[in-house]
Amino acid sequence: MQLTGAQALIKSLEMKDVEVIFGLPGGAILPVYDPILDSPIRHILVRHEQGAGHMAEGYAHVTGRPGVAMVTSGPGATNIVTPLADAAMDSIPIVVITGQVATGSIGTDAFQECPITGVTMDVTKHNWLVTDAQDIPRVVAEAFEVASTGRPGPVLIDVPKDVSNAQMDWYWPSSVSELDLPGYHPATEGDPRAVREAAKLILCASRPVIYAGGGVLKAHAADELKELAERTGIPVVTTLMARGAFPDSHPLALGMPGMHGNYTAVTAMQRADLLVALGARFDDRVTGKVSAFAPEAKVIHVDVDPAELGKVRQAEVQIVGDARRVIGELLRSLAALGLCEPTTGEAAVVAGRSGRGAGAAPDSPASARPDLGPWMAQIRAWQKQFPLTYRQEEGGALKPQYVVEVLRDMTPDDTIVVAGVGQHQMWASQYWRFDYPYTWVNSGGAGTMGFAVPASIGAKVGRPGKMVWAIDGDGCFQMTAQELVTASAERIPVKVAILNNAYLGMVRQWQELFYEERYSEVYLSPDLPDYVKWAEAMGAVGVRVESAEEVAPAIEKANGVDDRPVVMDFRTDAFEKVYPMVPAGASNDDIIVGPAQGEGGR
Amino acid sequence: MKAPVRHHIVSARVENKAGVLVRVSGLFSRRGFNIYSLAVAPTHDERFSRITIVVDVESAPLEQIVRQLDKLVNVVEIAELAPEEATERELLLATVRAAPADRGQVIALVGVFEGTIVDVGLDAMTVLLAGSPSKIDDFEALIRPFGIIELQRTGRVALPKLARRAARLRAVPSGESHEVS
Ligand SMILES: Cc1ncc(C[n+]2csc(CCOP(=O)(O)OP(=O)(O)O)c2C)c(N)n1
Ligand SMILES: [Mg+2]
Repeated sequence: MQLTGAQALIKSLEMKDVEVIFGLPGGAILPVYDPILDSPIRHILVRHEQGAGHMAEGYAHVTGRPGVAMVTSGPGATNIVTPLADAAMDSIPIVVITGQVATGSIGTDAFQECPITGVTMDVTKHNWLVTDAQDIPRVVAEAFEVASTGRPGPVLIDVPKDVSNAQMDWYWPSSVSELDLPGYHPATEGDPRAVREAAKLILCASRPVIYAGGGVLKAHAADELKELAERTGIPVVTTLMARGAFPDSHPLALGMPGMHGNYTAVTAMQRADLLVALGARFDDRVTGKVSAFAPEAKVIHVDVDPAELGKVRQAEVQIVGDARRVIGELLRSLAALGLCEPTTGEAAVVAGRSGRGAGAAPDSPASARPDLGPWMAQIRAWQKQFPLTYRQEEGGALKPQYVVEVLRDMTPDDTIVVAGVGQHQMWASQYWRFDYPYTWVNSGGAGTMGFAVPASIGAKVGRPGKMVWAIDGDGCFQMTAQELVTASAERIPVKVAILNNAYLGMVRQWQELFYEERYSEVYLSPDLPDYVKWAEAMGAVGVRVESAEEVAPAIEKANGVDDRPVVMDFRTDAFEKVYPMVPAGASNDDIIVGPAQGEGGR
Repeated sequence: MKAPVRHHIVSARVENKAGVLVRVSGLFSRRGFNIYSLAVAPTHDERFSRITIVVDVESAPLEQIVRQLDKLVNVVEIAELAPEEATERELLLATVRAAPADRGQVIALVGVFEGTIVDVGLDAMTVLLAGSPSKIDDFEALIRPFGIIELQRTGRVALPKLARRAARLRAVPSGESHEVS
């Protein structure tokens, strides 16, 4: 069967079961837009290409399947560089297709020419410039393979216009062996010897912590993680990228560690004698000053990307492998050493089962295991002494944390929450209760303002049956709000809660704390723009909320809207700061708990 | 005690495709690793090239450099060649001042080092020497006083020494199974 390159491209996407493309056409990609008219694939026309990229990311976050975006050459392509960089940082599988000028014009500074493979080389897992239409099916199959296996990540396929127009003989690579990827061999299974070593270390530890990262979600290992925690009775911290990987309501859940993590999560890691790092990469926002991070801890580091092992912190046991498989192997190893029964922390403390040998077969190596009781008791004491706190005064300024808590309590437990970047993101992560995986979507590694609105649209497209709430900042909202036009036009009913503090709040917080309250270029204004009118102009419902009493009724009203987007303008206290906080570059031991502690709120 | 090794040789077999060298060298600059020298040419199998990179291990741990390089989709195989277990060669071309009165001395020096004189001008000669990097260093030091007009070294190429016991190619861990998505 003869097809044009463009037809082959769309057909290849169909073969990969792509259900939606987020994109915006232009000259160089024109041929590829024509066969879309005849394809069952839904195309969502964005208002800015950055939106297409973040939508693809949001879709991938909640479905685990690669999100697809398609844009034209030159400025279309450069507009999507930020989402590619964002996806690279957070290991999100997206496939971006860019149009390119005809092969004969490449290198001549032709109209809308941009060497996008060169530009994106360092922010993609891999990219391809297709020079022969006959290669298209194979390259598309390779792109999906690379994006979605091993450590997932973004890929880009650049397709010159003459290649799209050229004829080719259709085929479809039926297996991986027909792909031309001689250098691509992602690891999956852990080295059994290392896994046994890890199991032994776990049985020797008296102050262990599981440090769960985004890799747990990428590997679909939430069930295995829960089993590991319950079997061993080890408490779990979930990083910003791993929120939802372990239920926050579980007795062994310690919540988020890091710069704005809670005191217990941060301090438990600092005092631990063993860190079991699963799909986590010792990001500087988690470790604080690396040399002072978890100084007494031995480390078991499991990651599918060998380059993460030893990159920041040397581990006593390094295991290359997929988190789900390695946890499975670890559980079998633990059973072989005699640890067969669950020893859930809380139940163990209550039932006195956490003593020496809890859950272990008699006379097995596991029966000599240290008692985790004192460790859990210490953790409970920290939790009690240093909970997350804020105070919503009656009639006082509306506290952002209060908005998050009411929203949490008034929405279904499996609501998908999508955050922007800034204070509101941290409050959302801190105050939401994530009990299900893939319900938290945010930009962690890159910290891309403007992520929330488009990513929430992508998430809603991927999970239309779930309620999707973006918790956004006023600054962030202004960066990509135009995509609500897309959402209205396409009837994608996302809801956006703007925590409008009239400031680039996170930057303001740093200026307050570290630049002697010298506020430089952080004031935005609560009323400019008028978010309600703006929402209405974009076909959405707009609601303004100025006091605590109005919060619940307004959310109820928003929850009732199901045929269009909703934007809620919550006028929150501009002076509220995110605590706890570990100042950048400081040791995690120097955590500042809150304004009540120490002078000047530090 | 042995003197600390500052340089390591990384030998990578890469796909012979457009842009691969940029990906490899780009990775060094992006990660802040230093390249001391780099040589690249196709292998006997035209689908692949071999890149021999001498890296400055003070800029980053070797293991980290190797593992990051191995992640590049076009890098097929990568190994560290420990200097004592590798056969290394480099080539030098130099145009040296050699007025008729000095010619004899230059010719003698080239002879001692088993180099070749490849071009002779009125008051200069171009000489060629292939050999181990340290031999090239010595030769360069000795011709320098005559006055070097131009000098070009290739950077080293290397292969593992043949196994009298198994060659210690430090392969990077990678799984054998390759999953279909
Ligand atoms: C694209 C981009 N530009 C700048 C920054 C730096 N930055 C981080 S948080 C922040 C303020 C965000 O303001 P807003 O959206 O109002 O959120 P708030 O902190 O007030 O909750 C800024 C400017 C960034 N992360 N991303
Ligand atoms: Mg703000």
